[in-house]
Amino acid sequence: MALIDRTATELLAELESGNVTSVEVTRAFLDRIEQHNDRINAFLHVDAEAALDRAEQIDRRRRDGRQIGPLGGLPVAVKDVLCTRGETTTCGSRILQDFRPPYDATAIARLKSADAVLIGKTNMDEFAMGGSNENSAFGPTRNPWDLQRIPGGSSGGSAAAVAARMTPLSIGTDTGGSIRQPAGLCGVTGMKPTYGRVSRYGLVAFASSLDQIGPLAATAEDAALLLEVLAGHDPADSTSIDRPVPDYTATVRQPLEGLRLGLLTEHFGEGLDPQVEAAVREAVKVYESLGATVKEISLPHSKYAVATYYIIAPCEASSNLARYDSAHYGYRTDQKQMMAELNAQRKQLEEAGDEEALDNLDNPLIRMYRKSRSEGFGPEVKRRIMLGTYALSAGYKDAYYLKALKVRRLIRDDFDRAFEEVDLIVGPVAPTPAFKIGEKIDDPLSMYLFDLYTAATNLAGIGGISIPCGQSREGLPIGLHLQAPPFEEERLLRGAHMFQQATDWHTRKAELG
Amino acid sequence: MAISREEVKKVSLLGRLLLSDDELDTMTTQMSGILDYMNLLGEVDTERVEPMAHALDVCDVFRDDEVRPSLSRDEALANAPNRDDECYLVPAVLGEN
Amino acid sequence: MTKPYEIVIGLEVHVQLDTRSKLFCGCSTEFGSPPNTQTCPVCTGTPGSLPVMNRKAFQLSLKTAVALNCEIPRFTKWDRKQYYYPDLPKGYQISQFDLPLSQNGYLPISDSKGRFEPKRIGINRAHLEEDAGKSMHDEAAGKADSRIDLNRCGTPLLEIVSEPDMRSPAEAKAYLTELKLLLNYLGVSDCNMQEGSLRVDANINLHIDTPEGKVATPIVEVKNMNSFRAVDRALEYEAERQYERWQETGRELGKPGGHKTTAGWDETAQVTRQQRTKEESSDYRYFPDPDLVPVTTTEEDVAKVRTSLGELPAALRARLEQTYAITPYDADVLVNQGRKVVEYYIDLAEACGDGKLAGNWVQQDVLRKLNEDQIGIEAYPVTAKMLAELIGRVQQGKLATSRGREVLAHMIDSGTSVDEAMKQMSIVEVDESALEDLCRELLEANPRVVAEVKEGKAKAIGALIGQAKKKNPNVNPGRVREICLELIEKM
Ligand SMILES: [Mg+2]
Ligand SMILES: [Zn+2]
Repeated sequence: MALIDRTATELLAELESGNVTSVEVTRAFLDRIEQHNDRINAFLHVDAEAALDRAEQIDRRRRDGRQIGPLGGLPVAVKDVLCTRGETTTCGSRILQDFRPPYDATAIARLKSADAVLIGKTNMDEFAMGGSNENSAFGPTRNPWDLQRIPGGSSGGSAAAVAARMTPLSIGTDTGGSIRQPAGLCGVTGMKPTYGRVSRYGLVAFASSLDQIGPLAATAEDAALLLEVLAGHDPADSTSIDRPVPDYTATVRQPLEGLRLGLLTEHFGEGLDPQVEAAVREAVKVYESLGATVKEISLPHSKYAVATYYIIAPCEASSNLARYDSAHYGYRTDQKQMMAELNAQRKQLEEAGDEEALDNLDNPLIRMYRKSRSEGFGPEVKRRIMLGTYALSAGYKDAYYLKALKVRRLIRDDFDRAFEEVDLIVGPVAPTPAFKIGEKIDDPLSMYLFDLYTAATNLAGIGGISIPCGQSREGLPIGLHLQAPPFEEERLLRGAHMFQQATDWHTRKAELG
Repeated sequence: MAISREEVKKVSLLGRLLLSDDELDTMTTQMSGILDYMNLLGEVDTERVEPMAHALDVCDVFRDDEVRPSLSRDEALANAPNRDDECYLVPAVLGEN
Repeated sequence: MTKPYEIVIGLEVHVQLDTRSKLFCGCSTEFGSPPNTQTCPVCTGTPGSLPVMNRKAFQLSLKTAVALNCEIPRFTKWDRKQYYYPDLPKGYQISQFDLPLSQNGYLPISDSKGRFEPKRIGINRAHLEEDAGKSMHDEAAGKADSRIDLNRCGTPLLEIVSEPDMRSPAEAKAYLTELKLLLNYLGVSDCNMQEGSLRVDANINLHIDTPEGKVATPIVEVKNMNSFRAVDRALEYEAERQYERWQETGRELGKPGGHKTTAGWDETAQVTRQQRTKEESSDYRYFPDPDLVPVTTTEEDVAKVRTSLGELPAALRARLEQTYAITPYDADVLVNQGRKVVEYYIDLAEACGDGKLAGNWVQQDVLRKLNEDQIGIEAYPVTAKMLAELIGRVQQGKLATSRGREVLAHMIDSGTSVDEAMKQMSIVEVDESALEDLCRELLEANPRVVAEVKEGKAKAIGALIGQAKKKNPNVNPGRVREICLELIEKM
């Protein structure tokens, strides 16, 4: 079997036994990128030379019998929202198109010390805002299963890269479903860990109380390999939790005895594509055949998740994105042209004798902020900055932001109650398979509603995983969503693995010709 | 309309965005639609519910008062859109704000 | 004070806490380094960076709050105060909004010269926040760009907000002086106004008596006052200005045109200048910072802090007045010198058993020397014990006070003990018989003086004292006079 068709776990065994070198593996995936990235646009930056140098070093150290890290020379692709020292980190935005961070994100540092080969930075919805990757300033990523369709988002590049076998492993971030949903739509395995499990230091913030970094891979085994490296306490992130990291790779193969599955009533209602529903119900039968007991459960407040999420996330985003003012880094508008415009406007108003308008005319500094930001941000980001700014502004804060924080608590309480009766909550990860590029672009609300099944996980701060569980008539992947109580990543991985032992959906591969 | 064009204009200044007339129209329609949907939360009884600002209830995280090396000035200013030898440069900051 | 109005003043003081590193990162807080050499991803708001709270900064804040008699809530959190300014790279300041670390305290003030009645100034709240950077604009260069230095970004500040309890610039000045002294005693800040470690903003308006009853003028927040003296003058000026303005416009607080405005103190022109601000800039959209977790404080924590405070200025003044029988004024002077000087004074007073005398020596001699040489008491070469010995000689009449001063000067220069200094100055005690012989000689040599004394002009002796000193510089003038008078009696 070609190198690119093997799982990370298989490749690692080959690397460790010396049957292949990291250079060979890395080159194989680089070639694949070379062949197909033009069409798929999963990668924004690839530094083949740097990757091969790195692989070369690791091979040399292995030949010298030196200690090699747990990722032993495996390629890993990273969403372009994680800071990489000295290398452009764009967040899919024009405003950061030339931004080179002076430091490495903690996740990046951990990958490096685990001897991963960083093969490239992947495409994404601008600042991780979106579910289709259409919001990238550098063009949409296309779904390897159907190039006319979206790969999902915002970690669409990372999901597509794994699905197209341009990398065995990739890193994404998940704020409202941004790992799990694209994993589902691209037919790969993607996990959003418990909030605080993986350090956010160096992850360019979208919504700080919801963002979490997680792995995407072909299988749960591979995801375990990557999560084990990423997880752990970081003193540089006040919200990262100081508690031991289980040996995920050691336990992932152990099936869950007497597994109690909760089937989420609310997630089988209107809006759910019948093909998706069929696939999910089929998957539940598989679990039953493996000895799991299934019971219907209800999360009464889950229908408020999207509204709650689309208040809290934009509020935090409007604040997190205030720093892009073009004063200290990032895109700045052409100052000469800006001044010319401003002076022309002033002259016009003076001639018109419009005192009030003159009084309200921006000063040069404010105009620079407004112009740079308006030219640097895309429409979806502007929309969320507007929503968040409005929802936090005097007179509306209580009705929107504060109200949402309270409903958030109720959503969390629902989960706590449910997990007293079940070990995992199971359901669809997205209402439909991948839709066509451009299909929802003019209807933000319908785009938001696509997060219906995933947003609550982030609001509650718990973990979730998406695994392939079927295909639509058009041959598009369908994802199964598992959610677990806080810090039960181990349970998610074991639950996912036992399903993948009994099914072969995760082995189906997109034909790129 | 849950939000007026004038309000949208005000918010755009507060958020330091500059929207063209067309953008203002679209934004007003779209925000109104979204805000209408948000009003769904109105039906939830949140009396005596504690707001949840953090995903986890962790408290008292500190670092010790130790000095760590700073960036060199060139590292610090490397991404500046406009700078001189020592400082970031921005259009004149006068009395305002 | 026959003005037809009452001045109402509240003060906002920002104090830089005495930490080595910044509030949320490891950058140094050292003052005066070259621009942009003390920054890192965190304090420059570089994308992806995250803050972690400096424990020392929180502890110093807690200490201050307890000393200001504040309530310490069990739970406090950090909020983002959002506004755009180039010296604020994140676009928000990490501060505290609805759950500050302390509230409802007070600071007693009084005036040792009795210009106002002793009173308590309420403390509305004291909260911890980060400082912004510095934007420098060269007005002369007109349109030139402004230069931004972010070194100061993230320096820990304690914002102490008083209630509007002050009724005169003098009270405001007293409040600031007492607050600064308290912070010094606590060792939480060096309060150096020149280096911006202590900054004052004042909210001031007038309550004017009119035939229709009291009316309030619009509140003005006065900024950039760079010394307590400047605060005093700015407030005097602003009060006058507001009264005149009210007479012209009749504008009242809360009525049309009565909204709060901001003014800057122009030190050179000695006037306040109104600054125009757009109302939109005042919508700070506070919300809890998701990157920082809340802090909890227990009763025990607070109790521990309370015991760590040591004796604070007010208590110390009272103790000095009672124990050493000195005036409130003297106690004030001593306490205002700081804890170390007070300790020196107490050792001295205990050693020579006369608080008043000890007070005079410390104020007239020790403090003068410290001022002249710009040194602290720890660098003063004469220990309290040594000085006590010297004062002892004076008390016993073995040294005239003036001579004592000369000895002290010599002790300072030579760093020697009292005896050694006196020996080196060949000050030896003249015994009674020798002194009597000397007096006899003088009387024989000056019959006229003797005659004059007999005629009742006792002061004629003065002439002899001068001569006695010439013959032997160590004679005690008082004693010479006595002996001469006795001898003349017997003649
Ligand atoms: Mg403040
Ligand atoms: Zn720093």
